[in-house]
Amino acid sequence: MQPCRLAVDDLAVRRGDRVLVRGVGFALGPGAALHLAGPNGIGKSSLLRIVAGLSRAFAGRVEVEGALALCDERLPLDAHRPLDAAMRFWRRIDGAQAADARFGLAALGDVPVRYLSTGQRKRAALACVVASGAPIWLLDEPLNGLDAQWVGVAQSAIEAHRAQGGIAVIASHQPLGLADLAVLSLGDFAP
Amino acid sequence: MSRARQLGVIFARDCVLLLGGARGRGGAILPLLFFVAVAMLYPFGVGPDARLLARTGAGVIWVAALLAAILPLDRLVEPDVESGFFDQWALRGLSEEAVMLGRVVAHWLSFGVPLLLATPVAAALLAIDGGQLARLELGLLLGTPGLAAIGVTIAALTAGLRAGAALGGLLLIPLAVPLLIFGAGSLQPGGENGLVLLAAASLVAVAVAPFAAGAAIRAARE
Repeated sequence: MQPCRLAVDDLAVRRGDRVLVRGVGFALGPGAALHLAGPNGIGKSSLLRIVAGLSRAFAGRVEVEGALALCDERLPLDAHRPLDAAMRFWRRIDGAQAADARFGLAALGDVPVRYLSTGQRKRAALACVVASGAPIWLLDEPLNGLDAQWVGVAQSAIEAHRAQGGIAVIASHQPLGLADLAVLSLGDFAP
Repeated sequence: MSRARQLGVIFARDCVLLLGGARGRGGAILPLLFFVAVAMLYPFGVGPDARLLARTGAGVIWVAALLAAILPLDRLVEPDVESGFFDQWALRGLSEEAVMLGRVVAHWLSFGVPLLLATPVAAALLAIDGGQLARLELGLLLGTPGLAAIGVTIAALTAGLRAGAALGGLLLIPLAVPLLIFGAGSLQPGGENGLVLLAAASLVAVAVAPFAAGAAIRAARE
């Protein structure tokens, strides 16, 4: 996996006219994982979008080395298409070979995306992140809607990614069972 | 994978979705039916006088083309913004401008080309003769890329707005008026220069559209 690094320095997140958090900083190298914790509305998702470069930071700096993959509440798949065809679009863009077997999507291959349940949609989204081949994963509530079995699968996929030298930043209000997990409680940075 | 091939994959998807009339996107057939329906209704409205139809019919075809351009607006960009496609493309370093340029071309293929093919049918309904039809086709060939470009720009600007569909139609009309004036004007005797102005107006719209639409997508993220 290509070398990767993610550093955030003195970051402030603003939504509308309100500054949600300020002074957030962390630095992650290969194999690192960070759990962004905090109550609803504290700015976890906004922070991930800033790290992803999709919105601007109110203050502070983000340094990214390596490609990014983002998994948020939206599923970037064509709703009317069968799951396999919809995911093939991203595999072709990312140059990935085959679908990831770990997420148990093979049996759903011909089901149109709009008929998938919440948990199945989340599994598809995670499989897209894996297939992207990006070393830095930004996961927004990746365990939402997953039952105990798939929570285990998702966490082991994250661990496997770290073992290959990848980085994972996980915004979640659920406890995560990952080894050597740094926890950043955003509530501590509220102004 | 190279940028060009990634953009090719995106363009292929655009074509399939816009041409094929995938669920919820209307496809190419709806604007086409609307266009032919207007040409069919007009003689009922003004009567079967062939001379009157021939004199005014070509202008009606231009108006019908402009109105048909409104129909696909709300499904052109909005679903991809809503599902996060544009964010995912941005993460992969693909510029919104490049994606939008592809979408203008795909939209023209799914909207402009069927219109060009349906025009002889509409012309027959309106008693338009061969010479006039040739000039009309040439005008539409020059003008529909501009209509497609304006359509994509407006679709990007109104993506995510609650009344986006209705607003899009209202916004398209004034922007498309130059195309209508030059397009219909070129059909008058001695109006050949209108074709040049039509091509110029169309070219400006096509040149501006990817940048305006790309900027609109980025602005909507904030």
